[in-house]
Amino acid sequence: MLLEISALDAFYGQNQALYGVAFSIDEGQVRTLLGANGAGKTTTLRAICGMVRVAGDIRFDGKRISGWATEDVVRLGVAHVPEGRGTFLRLSVEENLQLGAMTRKAGREIAADIERIYGHFPRLKERRTQQAGTLSGGEQQMLAVGRALMLRPRLLLLDEPSFGLAPLIVEELFAILRRINEETGVAMLIVEQNAALALELAEHAYLLETGRMVMDAPAAVIGADESIRRSYLGY
Amino acid sequence: MELLLQQVMAGLANGAIYACVALAVVMIYQAIDHLNFAQGEMAMFSTFIAWQLMTWGVPYWVAFAITIVLSFIAGVLIDRVLFRPVQNAPILSQIVAFIALFSILNSSAGQIWDYTIKSFPTPFGTAPLFGSGMIDAHEAGMIGITLILLGFLYAFFRGTRLGLAMRAAAANPVSARLVGIRVGWMTALGWGMAAALGAIAGMLIAPVVFLEPNMMIGVLLYGFAGAVLGGLTSPLGAVVGGFAVGVLENLAGTFIPYVGRELKLTLALIMIVIVLMFRPNGLFGRMVVSRV
Amino acid sequence: MTTLRDEDIAVSAAVPTQRAARLRPTLRHAIVAVFVAIAFAIPFVASSFVMFQLSEVLIYGLAILGLNLLTGFNGQFSLGHSAFYGLGAYTAAILMHNYEVNYLWTLPAAGVVCFGVGFLFGLPALRLQNLYLALATFALATAMPQILKFHALENWTGGVQGLVVDQPDPPDFLSMIDGDQWLYYVTLVVVLLMFAAAATLVRSRTGRAIMAIRDNPIAAAAMGINTSLYKTLTFGVSALYTGVAGALSALAVAFVAPDSFTIFLSISLLVGLVIGGVGSIPGCLFGGLFVLYVPNIANSLSNGLAGAIYGVILLIVIFVMPAGAAGFVRAVIARLSRWRQNPTEGGYR
Repeated sequence: MLLEISALDAFYGQNQALYGVAFSIDEGQVRTLLGANGAGKTTTLRAICGMVRVAGDIRFDGKRISGWATEDVVRLGVAHVPEGRGTFLRLSVEENLQLGAMTRKAGREIAADIERIYGHFPRLKERRTQQAGTLSGGEQQMLAVGRALMLRPRLLLLDEPSFGLAPLIVEELFAILRRINEETGVAMLIVEQNAALALELAEHAYLLETGRMVMDAPAAVIGADESIRRSYLGY
Repeated sequence: MELLLQQVMAGLANGAIYACVALAVVMIYQAIDHLNFAQGEMAMFSTFIAWQLMTWGVPYWVAFAITIVLSFIAGVLIDRVLFRPVQNAPILSQIVAFIALFSILNSSAGQIWDYTIKSFPTPFGTAPLFGSGMIDAHEAGMIGITLILLGFLYAFFRGTRLGLAMRAAAANPVSARLVGIRVGWMTALGWGMAAALGAIAGMLIAPVVFLEPNMMIGVLLYGFAGAVLGGLTSPLGAVVGGFAVGVLENLAGTFIPYVGRELKLTLALIMIVIVLMFRPNGLFGRMVVSRV
Repeated sequence: MTTLRDEDIAVSAAVPTQRAARLRPTLRHAIVAVFVAIAFAIPFVASSFVMFQLSEVLIYGLAILGLNLLTGFNGQFSLGHSAFYGLGAYTAAILMHNYEVNYLWTLPAAGVVCFGVGFLFGLPALRLQNLYLALATFALATAMPQILKFHALENWTGGVQGLVVDQPDPPDFLSMIDGDQWLYYVTLVVVLLMFAAAATLVRSRTGRAIMAIRDNPIAAAAMGINTSLYKTLTFGVSALYTGVAGALSALAVAFVAPDSFTIFLSISLLVGLVIGGVGSIPGCLFGGLFVLYVPNIANSLSNGLAGAIYGVILLIVIFVMPAGAAGFVRAVIARLSRWRQNPTEGGYR
């Protein structure tokens, strides 16, 4: 089991944001974390990456990583595309990608990987020497995903990849994500507001409500259940 | 015309001093994304250490090397002990911490080595270069070393992975962690390098301005101005800015009436501010476009 | 719009605006009333020297309040307030020395002059941000003593030696108090009035606009706030406050000289601002207290290492109270109120 979470509580200072969350993801699986604003989806991703204070158990590859520093979790092979993308705005597109591979050994492989990323996202190649801050929202999102992939991660965490993007771009992005999962076998946990799209990509879904997990079911089941869709997912 | 050329050369010679300091300022800025007002005092203290070693009989270049290493270590220590506890505090609080460091270093140096002026040797000698009387060997040496350091820093930041990691850690520590960079180490490395750079600057400057606890105060301001003029994101800009400030200050002093020693500094600053009005990011600074 | 780093650091990120933890208004007013009463009563029990020192604390507090308005509430970083302080002091001194103006009129005069200069300085300052503004204000601060020493202006400024000023006498109907006490009362009343005015301003719509500009200039402009106007006006008002403080100090010290108004004064004001608590009005007085007394304490502990001791004390205070005294008090109040709500909770949850 790649990622195992049990009895997870998370805190922002004095405020508790997650209560006893539990789930697991295996190699190559694509899962989505759904819920309304403030449900705790972003917090869950942050908890995995050691960005918030936690109590409970988080295991990656059997190793207990709760309480680890972010950079140490990343070095195990967990890539996080955060809310707001976290692009290095002042650096160039190419430098952003190179940074993604910072923990790997230098060499030809990295250059080859960069070319592969450009293969997925041709628009980035056109802008490779441009300052990342000048890219459009969609391009920055692609850059963020590209940077995460440069790690050759085993688990990819995506926080609202569709946020602020035009629908066509979002479809394009999700298609690329599917292709990446098929080609490289990287597991994905996607936090999304756009439930419909997420349920198409993922095979399994979790539903959070005010910090608690209220649903843990295959995507098809959740997608088919009209009452769940209406009350929780808004469509 | 002769006078103009002479003053320009003299300005360049002074400017080499400011360029050195400006480099150290930009260096620390690249590492920790703020200015360290105690930079000059750290350099001064390092120079005193070198002086003390030489007084004990250590040969120049050995003392030079030891001082650089000790300064690097001291920089890392200052990062751990002074900067780390306040790094999440508001920026103004951090500035006050730097002011405190300034005060501690200045006062300690005065207490340990007192305020009498001391002379500091130069490895280059003071013979006029090319016999022209416009620039002497030490000044040429300063310019030379500054340019070499500049080249080294440029290659380091633009061409190496470590340099890229440092830039990333300074620009966006959260994202840097997300790509696995140990931000704490990067910051410490930045402080160490800045301290070492400052030590070199101090040891180059001391033969000219003479060694005493307040020797860097005037120089730091010019160095700071030079760094800002050049644009804080660019080591090249820092060096150009430093030279420019040196020349500007000298020309202002010579050619503008009423400007005696006192007003030279103010005038130089005013000119820099005017330049900043038209190029708010300095001469070489990159404009960062942020999309709302 | 150009920014200096990925997240908008500006001074806004540097200023924590924790409005969450506050005492009930009635409790706050009661505390203020008690302090004011004590302040009025002090002259009857204290010596002349203590009066003088307390006047200085009030004056510094007022000067720091000026800086606070600009930096704490409006996010414009200034290292140049020593220039406004000096300008106010010299305005008062020149009016009294050369033109025999009554001392009370010099206060508003200093205010007006400093407002004008501050406003004018605020215009080019609009184009400069953070570090660049710091440099520009630094230039202003270094220029002031040099301008004051400038030989062409010696007839007015008294050059390097400065000007001596007659200490004001109390009015005839109050002949039972002496000069020092009268001066203390004048200072106290002026400072209280100006603090009250500042508190009112901060709570008003204008004050909110000023703070909005600090926190998010783009959003503020998008809301229709004329950011340029507010920023330059704030610069002017800030200079006015510090200038009046300077004028008061000219009266208190009875003497002005160029080397009293150097960049080191600006740095002291900045330290006082941070120690008191950026964005806190009452904090300014604590800040004034700190920068007046702590250097003396350090000096008395060791003459040679006074600076080092001062630095160490400063570091300790910053480590313990990174948000200044006001921030510390707020944190304590917050903790107490949480404890009151849940007396049984020992820690988290």
